[in-house]
Amino acid sequence: MQTRFSFGGDEHIFAEVGEAMSLEAFFKSLFVTNAVRDARIKGVTEICPANASYQIKFDPDQIKPDDLLAELKRLDAGSEKSEPVIKTRIIEIPVLYNDPWTHETLMRFRERHQDPNGTDLEYAARINGLDSVDAFIKAHSSAPWFVSMVGFVAGLPFLYQMVERKRQLQAPKYLRPRTDTPKLTVGHGGCFSCIYSVRGAGGYQMFGITPMPIYDPNQKISYLRDFMCLFRPGDIVKWKPIDRPAYDAAVADVDAGRFAPVIRDVSFSLTEFNRDIDAYNRKLDGVLHGH
Amino acid sequence: MAIKVLKPGLATTVQDLGRPGYYHIGIPLSGGMDRHALVAANLLVGNEEGAAVLEAVFMGPELEFTEDATVAITGAQLPPKLDGEPRETWTSFRVKRGQILSFDFLKQGARGYIAVSGGIDVPIVLGSRSTYALGALGGFKGRKLEAGDEVPVGKAAAAAKDGRAVATDLRGQPAGMPAELRAMPGLYWHRITEAAGNGFFSDTWKVAPEADRIGYRFKGGKPLEFVPREPPFGAGSDPSNITDACYPYGSIQVPGGTEPIVLHRDAVSGGGYFMVGTVIAADMDLIGQLQPNTPVKFVKVDMNQALAARKNRAELLGKLRTALA
Repeated sequence: MQTRFSFGGDEHIFAEVGEAMSLEAFFKSLFVTNAVRDARIKGVTEICPANASYQIKFDPDQIKPDDLLAELKRLDAGSEKSEPVIKTRIIEIPVLYNDPWTHETLMRFRERHQDPNGTDLEYAARINGLDSVDAFIKAHSSAPWFVSMVGFVAGLPFLYQMVERKRQLQAPKYLRPRTDTPKLTVGHGGCFSCIYSVRGAGGYQMFGITPMPIYDPNQKISYLRDFMCLFRPGDIVKWKPIDRPAYDAAVADVDAGRFAPVIRDVSFSLTEFNRDIDAYNRKLDGVLHGH
Repeated sequence: MAIKVLKPGLATTVQDLGRPGYYHIGIPLSGGMDRHALVAANLLVGNEEGAAVLEAVFMGPELEFTEDATVAITGAQLPPKLDGEPRETWTSFRVKRGQILSFDFLKQGARGYIAVSGGIDVPIVLGSRSTYALGALGGFKGRKLEAGDEVPVGKAAAAAKDGRAVATDLRGQPAGMPAELRAMPGLYWHRITEAAGNGFFSDTWKVAPEADRIGYRFKGGKPLEFVPREPPFGAGSDPSNITDACYPYGSIQVPGGTEPIVLHRDAVSGGGYFMVGTVIAADMDLIGQLQPNTPVKFVKVDMNQALAARKNRAELLGKLRTALA
């Protein structure tokens, strides 16, 4: 995998590990950006891993752009030798699929959609060759996802499903972006799912909503007191479909400060994962649920 | 001491020099869009360079002071009035307790900076007092000002002088028409044809109405023609799509190949549109002073020219510091 480098003006270096999304490209981005952080290079001000690329922001008054580029190329080449194993977390996210709030929103923006006569879930099920919304929800929630990038807006995770390519769910973005998306909507565009951390514009298909806040600028929510954003690149997410009573109970628990998210430490090996994906995912599920 | 907001203006926010270090989780730098003007305003009233000020866009607020203070307005020509009496921009003046600061119609530029001796004293969040409205973070309750807000002001360190002014040649405001924004081609430049690349730099664009702290959209140039390709997995089928990646500040993304958007201080940190290049850091302040409909040309520069422009901008700041020392 040959990384393509380009300067983004006089303060950024952009590195495209792969044009296409893949776990190999994502892991390389994660490794190089970790190596850049460990190298503590003078003048580097931001280190941003992304799905299949990364970006370094720097102060050219402190380091010459060409010197930084040479250093990045060295670290990038060195990453080829490293074993793709990470220590990370697996997080269970409850989701009320087909919820009333995203439904209201998607009806309001129907004229911007590929299929004005259906819902986002019906459309996504059909174009992915699945015979029902339930089958789509099962495909979405049965295998885990990697947080392959955090960004767009504060704390928003991009998620990439941990299944072989032919099973990966794909959906185009809305024909024209919406001006509104409910907070904590679970969305999907291209091959990526996301959780909208705040209410606002959006173009991804809307599938459901989670009762579990993932960003709290006031840091009042128990599990966001240490830091206001929940997700880091490399986290693993498993969706847990829930019904309306369970959603309402979870919202009440969050409000009362007693909601306890299921988060477990786990180590992940890309080599072992690729050897038998389904077996590996079952093992991850065991870590999550203690069996 | 506090400032009572009688009228908020169009979108008045608290800003300082920004919040570096959190872009990797989608929290942008924020801070004044015209940093040179922000620093000038602070120096005029005896504040530290990076103290928090109010940034007003297109239309000024109406503010009542609960204590005596020294005030300066820089950036756009947004003419201040004190109890209805005109005051100069780029010049410090005294405000007595109970007096009301308001503004006349905008004459030039887009963003005015209102510095108050002592600085705006909202809590520091992740190292900065800047407002990041999209994330409801920092500033005054994470949002733009509203009528009835009481914005706290810190204690002035030294007796600020009345009637200090910044000479015109030290103001660093955009000059000439069309405005020129220097940009380095790069990022996904190879995705468009050579003719389209040439056209991008030879066309005259206009600032579109959608121009805010997140990004400035431009209209009126020719649509970009893409080099044909098979869409890579994960990128989406539109030729302007990429596998979602990071966006540099100043990067010029062109959704659908039609209307370029230059990302600014409250940038979304990433997304799925290709970018033709990046406006150089030295010209970022100028963007924030462009009004909708202003004609703009993108001027192609290389890294050496970008660094030379950067040096010039730093020298201008050095001269400003000396003049107001």
